[in-house]
Parts: sequence; C-alpha cells; structure tokens
Amino acid sequence: MTDAPPRVGVITFPGSLDDRDALRAVETMGGEGVGLWHADHDLRGVDAVVLPGGFSYGDYLRCGAIAGHAPILDDVKAFARGGGPVLGICNGFQILCEAGLLPGALIRNASLRFVCRDVFLRVETSQTPVTSELVPGEVVEIPVKHGEGQYVATPEQVRMIEGEGLVVFRYANSRGEVGGAANPNGSLADIAGVRNGAGNVVGLMPHPEHAVDPDVGPTGGQPLFASLLATALERAGATA
Amino acid sequence: MSADEEPLHRKLGLADDEYERIRATLGRDPRPAELAMYGAMWSEHCSYKSSKIHLKTLPTEGSAVLVGPGQDAGAVDVGEGLAAVFKMESHSHPSAIEPYQGAATGVGGIVRDIVSMGARPVALLDPLMFGPLTEPRNRWLLEGVVAGIGGYGNCIGVPTVGGEIRFADPHSANPTVDVMCVGLAEADALVTSTSLTPHAGSFMVLYGAATGRDGIGGVSVLASATLDGSSEGSRPSVQIGDPFAEKLLIEASLELIERGLLEGLQDLGGAGIACAVSESAARAGMGARLDLDAVPLRERDMEAFEILTSESQERMLAIVHPSKLEDVRAVCDRWGLQIAVVAELVEGGDLTVTHAGRLVAEVPAVSLVDEGPVYDRPCEAPRAAPGDDDDPTFQPYEGDLLESLRSVIGAPNVASKRWIWQQYDSLVQGQTLAGAGSDAAIVRIPGSMRALALSTDGAGRYGSLDPYLGAVHAVAEAARNVAVTGARPLAITNCLNFGNPERPIVMWQFAESIRGLRDACLALDTPVTGGNVSFYNESGGSAIWPTPVVGMLGLLDDHRLRVPAGFPRAGLAVYLLGETFPELGGSEFAEAVLGVVAGRPPAVDLERERALIGVLVEAAAADLLASAHDCADGGLAVALVESAIGGGHGFAVTVQTDLPAHVALFSESASRVVAGVALEHEQAFTELAGARGVPVSRLGETGGPRIVVDAMLETTVAELRAVHESAIPRLLSEAI
Repeated sequence: MTDAPPRVGVITFPGSLDDRDALRAVETMGGEGVGLWHADHDLRGVDAVVLPGGFSYGDYLRCGAIAGHAPILDDVKAFARGGGPVLGICNGFQILCEAGLLPGALIRNASLRFVCRDVFLRVETSQTPVTSELVPGEVVEIPVKHGEGQYVATPEQVRMIEGEGLVVFRYANSRGEVGGAANPNGSLADIAGVRNGAGNVVGLMPHPEHAVDPDVGPTGGQPLFASLLATALERAGATA
Repeated sequence: MSADEEPLHRKLGLADDEYERIRATLGRDPRPAELAMYGAMWSEHCSYKSSKIHLKTLPTEGSAVLVGPGQDAGAVDVGEGLAAVFKMESHSHPSAIEPYQGAATGVGGIVRDIVSMGARPVALLDPLMFGPLTEPRNRWLLEGVVAGIGGYGNCIGVPTVGGEIRFADPHSANPTVDVMCVGLAEADALVTSTSLTPHAGSFMVLYGAATGRDGIGGVSVLASATLDGSSEGSRPSVQIGDPFAEKLLIEASLELIERGLLEGLQDLGGAGIACAVSESAARAGMGARLDLDAVPLRERDMEAFEILTSESQERMLAIVHPSKLEDVRAVCDRWGLQIAVVAELVEGGDLTVTHAGRLVAEVPAVSLVDEGPVYDRPCEAPRAAPGDDDDPTFQPYEGDLLESLRSVIGAPNVASKRWIWQQYDSLVQGQTLAGAGSDAAIVRIPGSMRALALSTDGAGRYGSLDPYLGAVHAVAEAARNVAVTGARPLAITNCLNFGNPERPIVMWQFAESIRGLRDACLALDTPVTGGNVSFYNESGGSAIWPTPVVGMLGLLDDHRLRVPAGFPRAGLAVYLLGETFPELGGSEFAEAVLGVVAGRPPAVDLERERALIGVLVEAAAADLLASAHDCADGGLAVALVESAIGGGHGFAVTVQTDLPAHVALFSESASRVVAGVALEHEQAFTELAGARGVPVSRLGETGGPRIVVDAMLETTVAELRAVHESAIPRLLSEAI
C-alpha cells in the first residue's frame, strides 16, 4: 500500500466541454486526474473513469450515439465488466445509455429549451460508487445544464429500474419532495440518474463537477466525488 | 445587356467614384473577381469608411493597454503575466433575417477573433435590443436569437455570463444583436501582426470547414445597406454555423500557437478568404499567390468570386513555414480538421489569384486593406432639441406610488431576464463567480485570486433624446456596474449601432456619440481597445435609436472581496451614495408609467462619477461593503427593490427629500449607488466617502420580509419578486 491518491480518468471526445472541469473537480477533492483520449485503446491504468459533459461529435445523429462507438468505449466496457467504477455526467450519461451500459435514454427537455440552473437531488441508494458516502433520502444541490435531459424508458425498463432499485437520484425540492417544478426537464418519475444492475456504472444529467467549489456555486457535488475517490482508492488497494 | 441593367460594381455595393478609384489603382478596368474583392473589402463593414475619421478621436492608450484598435481584438494587462483579450461585434443584419443562424454565427465570429489573438475564450456576453414583445414578430426574433446564442454558445465550452436585453419600438424592424467575447492569454504569447515574423515562401494554410456558397455578400449586401421589403431574399447571404467545428477549431488553434508552429493566424469572417489573405499579406508587408483550386469546397462549380468572398463559418488561415507544415497537419488531423495550403507569401506587394488554372486577379494587397475610400459625411443636428417643455420631470403626478413601482419593476427593460439567461450555459470552465443578473459578471482567472468583472451597457433611450449624453451614460454605467463589485474599470470595447450614415442626422448622432465616448473614456481613464461599427440599421427611413454599446472590462485583485448586488443579511445600514436631482427625462418611469420617451436625459458629471468609482473600489478593498448596486433604470426605488430581491432581505427606509415623492423614487440621476453596510463599518465608510467628496445618506436598515419606504409605499419582497420574475415569461406566453 502507498499513500498515492486514486487515479481518475476523464475521457475527452471531440466536442467534450466539461472535461477540464471534471479533471479539476477530481484534483480539488484530492484525487489525481488523468486525461484520456477517445481514439486511444488505453485507460492508462486508472481506478475510475468519468465520461464528461459536452456535445461529443457535435451531437450528430443523436446525443452520445457516435461516442458510444468510439474506440475507447471498448475499454470502458471491459473496465465496467470487471467492476470498475464508471461515472457518466450529462453527455457522458447519454453516451453510457447509447453504449448499452445503462438502461433508458435521454430526449429533449419537455420545455424544448436548454436549461441551466441549480437543482436539488434526492439520493435513492448508497449502493453506487458516487453515493457510498451518502444515505438514501439525503438531498444535494447541483446545477443542470442541458437541452436533452428528459429521461425516458420503456415500461419493461421502468419496472426493472424501479424493481431493482436502479434509480440513484431524483429531482426534488430542498426538502426532498419530488414532483412539480423541481423537475427541470420532464424526466420520467423525476429520474436524474441511474445505475446498472451491478451498481458500478452510474449516469446522471446534473453536473457534480460544477458543484465542488464554494466560490462558484453550491457544493452538492463534493460527496459524489468523495464517494468516487473512496471507491477508486479501495479498488486501487485491491488491485495493487 | 440591356441599357438599364445595373453595372457589376454597383451590384457589389461599390459607388461609381469608388469604381473609378479602383481603375486608377490598377491602371485598367478591373476583372470581375477583383471587383468582388474590392466590393467586400471596401464595404462599410470592412473598411469603416464613414466612421474612421471619427473613431480616430477616441482615446486608445493607457497603462493597462497591451493591444489597441486595429488587431482582431484589444488586450489589457491583468497582472501575473496575463492578458485579457476582448472585443464586441454586431450580427444584427443577419439576425433580422434569420434570427437563429444570425445570432449563432455572431457568437462563432467573435470567438474566432479572440482565438486568433492566441487567447482561450473564457466568457461571452450578449447585449440585445428588440422591439416590444407585444408584437408576434418581435417574440419570434427574441426566441430565435436566444436559441441561436444558446445553440452555438452552449456547444463550444465558453460560458455566457452576461449582457443585457432591452426593448424599444425603433428596434422592431432592426433588432440589435451584439456579442462580446473575452479571452485570456500569456501576455508575451499574444499573436498580433508584429508578434510573429512571417517569411516570404511561407504557406497560407486554410483549416477548418470547407467553403460553400453561404454568406456570399454578407458584408456588402447585408451589413452595409438598409434592409427593405425584399430582405427575405437575402436569406442565402446569412451564414450557417456549426459549433462542433468551432470547438475543434478553438482547440486546434490554441495547440498550434502553444507549440510555436505558426508565423501568423487570422480568422475568416467578413469578406472570407479575400479579406484573410489580403490582410495577412499586407500586415506582413508582402504579397501572396492564392490558388483557389486548392480551397476545399462544399459545392461544385463555385465561381472565383464566390470562393473569394464566401463567409462560410469555422475557418482559420494560418501562416506556416514550410518546415512546420507536417506538424501543423498532424495537429489538425488529431482534431479531425481539414487542412489545405491555399497560398504562399511572396516578396513585393501583389496579391495574385488563380482559378481553374487562369489568373483571375492581380491587385496590390495593401490597396484592398488600407487604401479604401474614407468619407467625411455631412452631419446635421435635428432642428428641435428635446427641451424642457415636454420634460416629464415637471409634470404633476397623482398616481399611486406602489402601483407605479409595480409597473416599473415589471417593465420589460427592468424585469428579470431569467427566462433568457437560463437558456445559456454560464458554468462551463468553472470560473463564473457571478453571472447574468448581476451588475457585472465576475469570471475568476484560473489558478489566481484575481477575477475579471465584465459589463455591457447601452443607453439607447437617452441616446434617442441626446446622443452625446447617451454615450456618456453608457460608459459611466458600465464603469459603475464593474466598480460596484469592487473591481477597477480598466478599458472598453464597443459596438456602435446606428442607422444609415448617408443621412446627415444619423451621421450627427454618430459624431455626437463618439464625442460622448471620448469624453467619458478620458475622464474615467478607460481607453478604447477596439470595437465594431454597425450602420444601416434602419428600414423605410426609420432608424434604430443611436446605441453605442460599451463592453467594460475591470479587474478584481482578490475575488474573495467581491461585493454582491443583493442585501446579504438583515441588520445592515442602507446607504445612498451620490445625489438625487429632479431628472425623469428619458426615464423608465416616464416610459412605463407615463407612456412617453421625452425630456432631457439626466446630466452626468464625470468628475463625480470618477470619485464614486474610487470610493467603491477602495471600500470594497477594505471590506466595508456588504452589498452595492447601481442606481440606473427606475432610479432609487428599483435599486432598493432589486437589492432586496437579490439578497432575499427586505428593508425599511426613509427618503428625506424636497422633491415630489415620485421624482425622488424614480429619478435616474447618474453616479448613484445603493450600498448595504455592516453597522461596525458605518463610520469608516462614511469617512471614506466624505474624504472623496461623494455625498452619502443613510436611508435605513435591512431586514424582514417587507419593503417599507416611510410615508411613500409599503409591500413585501415576495410580491415584487413575483412581478419582477413573471413579466417576461408572461409577455412571451402571449404568443401561444
């Protein structure tokens, strides 16, 4: 064992916008940020992978559709199959859905407009790499900024998602009550983020990387990154 | 050819005497491709031929200025070896015809200006003016422009942090769509015409998007003539934007500069390849050999003049030494960008252009760039100046003050623009300490305690009554907006929006506005580092209000000492800095409550303004201010209410005055600020203001959910917040 900080990779696709912000959030929270490139088959031995926000490949075809076939996604899938923690933020969430790593899809906001504002999220489960240091029912404040963040799924998927407890976050008010204006995009069942069956892959539309620096805004992203770094550290220890 | 058919040069926007000037330069009749180049380069938009003699009078030098006018953007020293690069431009003409693409490509163009200086864009601001939202077409224009700004700006990783949105009848046919971009660079790595040394034999490399038929005649047809009933037919002259290509262009360009692979860099904007190649060559003191067959095209069978003047977006032109070409190619490949060697720098000053193997143009490069016509167009003041007769200040008013306040707070110019700025990504890059809705946006310099304070201000309503005062107010208010945050105003850029300069009254408005900018910038020590002129904003002989928009850049030495606009807590003393005079001329109260735009706009004493700014900056540095908010539209009443809404705390104040209550509350006297001061700092604060000769009066204290102006009006923060927030969405939903 060493005291080396956990290494968290952030993938840059052409059109990624919040990649530097995700790297900075990792560093701010005490991890080592490692830049990864979409065209490489190389995760550089990181302990966790983040797919950042943005408009990969210009959102051509569909959001995340082309990135879902990027060379590095093969490596991300293998990493996920091995239990590695993977976090998709905004466009990264869209990519994970397109790549089949998460259930459901993201379509245009019900308002048909881009929305950038702070929202409250109610934590639904601790059984993920980004909520291990939170408890269900806890509320965190984090901004959203997206035009296509309305979560949708087929009725069978919904039964599976709800039945197996795959919802990680729901849009809520500051008291944790869901419904109404708290939902910024019309997402099904107020779903803001989901996980896979194994629990190691998580995607969410809000931007925790923009909620770690108290000078800039709310700090609800801190416990998510703290959880991710703790998970990554454990994994580093286990594989060392 | 029929006898009455218009000669080619006129179709290209060239006057007959301009045509003769070209013949004299060349010593022969110009070829069609040559005429197309002159038509674009000598257009009002590119050559500043009507504005040049006036712009020369503006102050451009100061201790902080690193790069003044004449480059792609201005630059100022912001300490720690860094330069802030900034510029504003208009895209009003295309936006009037196709609002989404017009606004989107405006964003793209200004961002490339900043990138071509070697700076990473860190902030965008969008000052906009539309006609009243009660008209369906104005709602369509607003929604389209906002969607275009967001659709482009949100996809390139540059936060949109501010700007302003105002409404006035004269902007119905011609909306004003300006956009400002700010970037950061190492000061010693700025790319200017003198910072790098191009060599004869070096390549001119075009990279980015392919060239198509979009935007042909953009500068000469759209931006340099008035729009008329047949303007819909100009839609093909509007360029189409692709923000994904822009994002790749930003990253590739900054990498090329950082690795020292370039001898020059220029963005392609107005007048396309013709402009970029001739300017690059002329700046290098050389000529160029341009081969149009080497230009990657989006469409087949394009004519030489189309390739030369196409304004297809997302293209850059780099000057590259042959030894660096392969490295440049590798960077562009990595970012998936097309690259082509289209020209070569040559000794001598001639620009030769070949197409399909034939020579189509051979002109001195410098004649396109620097030898265009310069006009001293006649100015004529209007016969009747706005006098005291119709000044609303002196009309008796018996209306209910609270009802008046509701009208002003809910007036479109004053009401919350949240509906608009929530559609912009203001967070990307993670440095936005204060965004739209603040007096000035605050953007931290990464890794530093320093931060930029940015504000854009126009005062079209004042300008319509007195263009000199309108310009002075624009500068003074922009400086005040920056200073209330605690930042020192450093320098301005501008975008000067006017009607047809061939009309003497418009030219007079322009000359008066320049005089105002000059006086204010000299007095406040904020030199002009660049800008843009947008003429011909009129239809059917009716021009927009003369609207010089000022983009002010200020610097905060320690962002932790920044001052918010809203009252942050209860128990603060509420102060008014400055003095209130009977000045309702051109005020928001006059327009929103009395329904008139008339009278004499408030006077501005620039020495008082300078003293006020000094107090604000010093008080913030000494941590004496809990809040500070500019008094502008709607006067003291609106400044107090906005401070309460912003911070979520009410107040109880007494306004001691000899003026009628409505004048005291709504007068728009300049050089005033509402400040919240902790009780333990009151003495130091009032002593500081007194030492600087700035009048200061204690109005009351903050606290509770209520808004109380003793003997004048009483209500709650929640009630006025609802009015403030709901006005714009309500106006827009009338469209459904």
